[in-house]
Amino acid sequence: MNNERVQNIDSNTACVNASEQQHPGWYNLKYTAVGILFGIVFVKAEIISWFRIQEMFRLQSFHMFGVIGTAVVVGAISVFLIKKFNVKTIHGEVIKIADKEFNKGQIYGGLLFGFGWALTGACPGPLFAHIGAGFYAILVVILSAIAGTWTYGYFKEKLPH
Amino acid sequence: MIEQIQQPWPWYVAGIIIGLIVPALLILGNKSFGISSNLRHVCAACFPADIKFFKYDWKKEIWNFFFVGGIFLGAFLANHYLMTNAPIEVSPALQSELAQYGISNFNYMLPSELFSFEALFTVRGFIMMVVGGFLVGFGTRYAGGCTSGHAIMGLSNLQWPSLVATICFMAGGFFMANIILPWILSL
Repeated sequence: MNNERVQNIDSNTACVNASEQQHPGWYNLKYTAVGILFGIVFVKAEIISWFRIQEMFRLQSFHMFGVIGTAVVVGAISVFLIKKFNVKTIHGEVIKIADKEFNKGQIYGGLLFGFGWALTGACPGPLFAHIGAGFYAILVVILSAIAGTWTYGYFKEKLPH
Repeated sequence: MIEQIQQPWPWYVAGIIIGLIVPALLILGNKSFGISSNLRHVCAACFPADIKFFKYDWKKEIWNFFFVGGIFLGAFLANHYLMTNAPIEVSPALQSELAQYGISNFNYMLPSELFSFEALFTVRGFIMMVVGGFLVGFGTRYAGGCTSGHAIMGLSNLQWPSLVATICFMAGGFFMANIILPWILSL
C-alpha cells in the first residue's frame, strides 16, 4: 500500500516525501521556519515582482538569472557534499533524493507553465508570498492555479506524456 | 545594518539563501525542495472527485503546507518591517514599453493596472490573473514541478529531465513575454 503510494507520487510530482519516519505534527514547524526565511528573501530580493520577471524574459536585467543561477550552484554543491559525505538528517535517516523520470509532460507542461509565469510574473512560491505581502487580489490567481492543477488531474490519462 | 536590510537585496544574497534551502530541507527531514505540489495537495484534500491523480494520502505531505505557511509569514514580516516606501526600480526599456499600455505605477511589486480586484474585470486583467494562474497550475503539474522543484532542486541533483523542463519554462516565458504579451496588454 505504502509502496504503491510512493510510486504513484514519484511518477507525478517533483516533491517526493522520502522520509519513512513518523513525528508529532508540531515538528513540521521547522519547515515553517525555513519558509519564513524564503518568504523574506522573495520580498527583499524582489523575486515576487512582476517587473523583475518581465525584465528577465526581455533580457533587460541580470537579476533573476543571478538569483536562479546562484541558487542552482549552491544547491548542487550542497547535494554533492551530502552524497559524498553520506550526510544524515537530524533524525539520523539516510538522505534520499528521487530521480526525475523523463516524459513529454516536461516539454508541453513546461512551455505552458512558462506562458503562465510570464503572464502572472510569478511561479507558485511567489504567489503565496504575494498574499503575505498584502496583494490579496492574487488569491484569484492561486484559486485559478488550483483549478488548473485539478483540470490536469482530470485529463491526465488523455494527455500525451 | 538595518538600512542595508531595508534596501532591495542583491541577487547573490538571494541566490545563496535559496540554494541553501535545498540542503536545509533535506537535512531537517529528507524533504525535496518544491512548492507547486501544494496545489495538488489542496486538490487532494478538498476536491479529490474520485480522480486517481488526487487519491493519495495528502496528510503525509503536510510538511509542504507548513513550508508555504512560512513563505506567507516571511513575506508578511518583510513587507511590514523590512521595507522602505521607495518605488520599485524598473529598467528604462521596460518602463517605456509599459508606458505604451498605460502602465506607469511602479510603487508596488505588481502593476496595479493589471493585478487588482478592479483589473479582474478588464479583459487584459482577466487574462493575466485568471488565464495566467490556470496555466501556472496546469503547466507545473503537467511538467511535474515548478521553478523550485525542477530548476533548483532538479538541477542541483543533476537531473536531465529537469534541465529539459527548465529550458521549456524559459522558452515559454520568452515567447509569451515578447510575442503574445504585447498584444494582451494592448487589449
